[in-house]
Amino acid sequence: MAGDLALLYFAWVREGIGVDGERIARPAAAATVADVIAALAGRGGGYAVLADVTRLRAALDQDFVTMDTQIGDAVELAIFPPVTGGAVGG
Amino acid sequence: MMSLSVQRDDIDVGAELAALEALGGGGVASFTGIVRGDGGLSELLLDHYPGMTERALETIAAQAMARWPLLGLRVVHRVGALAPGERIVFVGTASRHRTAALESCAFLIDWLKTRAPFWKKERFADGRESWVEALPADEAKAEGWEQV
Repeated sequence: MAGDLALLYFAWVREGIGVDGERIARPAAAATVADVIAALAGRGGGYAVLADVTRLRAALDQDFVTMDTQIGDAVELAIFPPVTGGAVGG
Repeated sequence: MMSLSVQRDDIDVGAELAALEALGGGGVASFTGIVRGDGGLSELLLDHYPGMTERALETIAAQAMARWPLLGLRVVHRVGALAPGERIVFVGTASRHRTAALESCAFLIDWLKTRAPFWKKERFADGRESWVEALPADEAKAEGWEQV
């Protein structure tokens, strides 16, 4: 739906919240990724996994961004732990 | 010639190497990552961000192609459930000379670990499971390539 922001969750963020993703009312363009995450964490329950932003990483429209990046006109915000691709310890 | 794949199926390393060897260069380098069975690990689950994963692989591969005189490179990363001993990732590069092939192969695997959206969860025989934590050492290795 126009005017919404799509949220996607991966790894233990998804498991903690209990859903793959959801849509929320579009935040102000000047709101940062950290602002959105703080608002979500404030919901309590499974969203408590979002409480420590230093353990999280984010992507806006499929590009990695820092937590102080403004949402702007992005349509998709993904929230996840630091990535761990490749072989284990390889 | 770039070939990038994110797949559930096993990796045919022989076919990947043959494709690189057919490019007419003097050297082919490759890295194959295998799931280790340390600590009673019974299964490794690979989660990824469809769409962004492919974009991230393209960006990483384009950087390698721009930085070294490569005739080709191939990256295959598996997702889903993997058992110990199974292949998880393959990176292969072909160039006229060994240095470019070896260096770009190391660059690709270091960057893949820190700049592509994959997450690993370990499941153990006793029922425990835990998400693998990112290692600061991996991030340092990837950043090292920015200073070379």
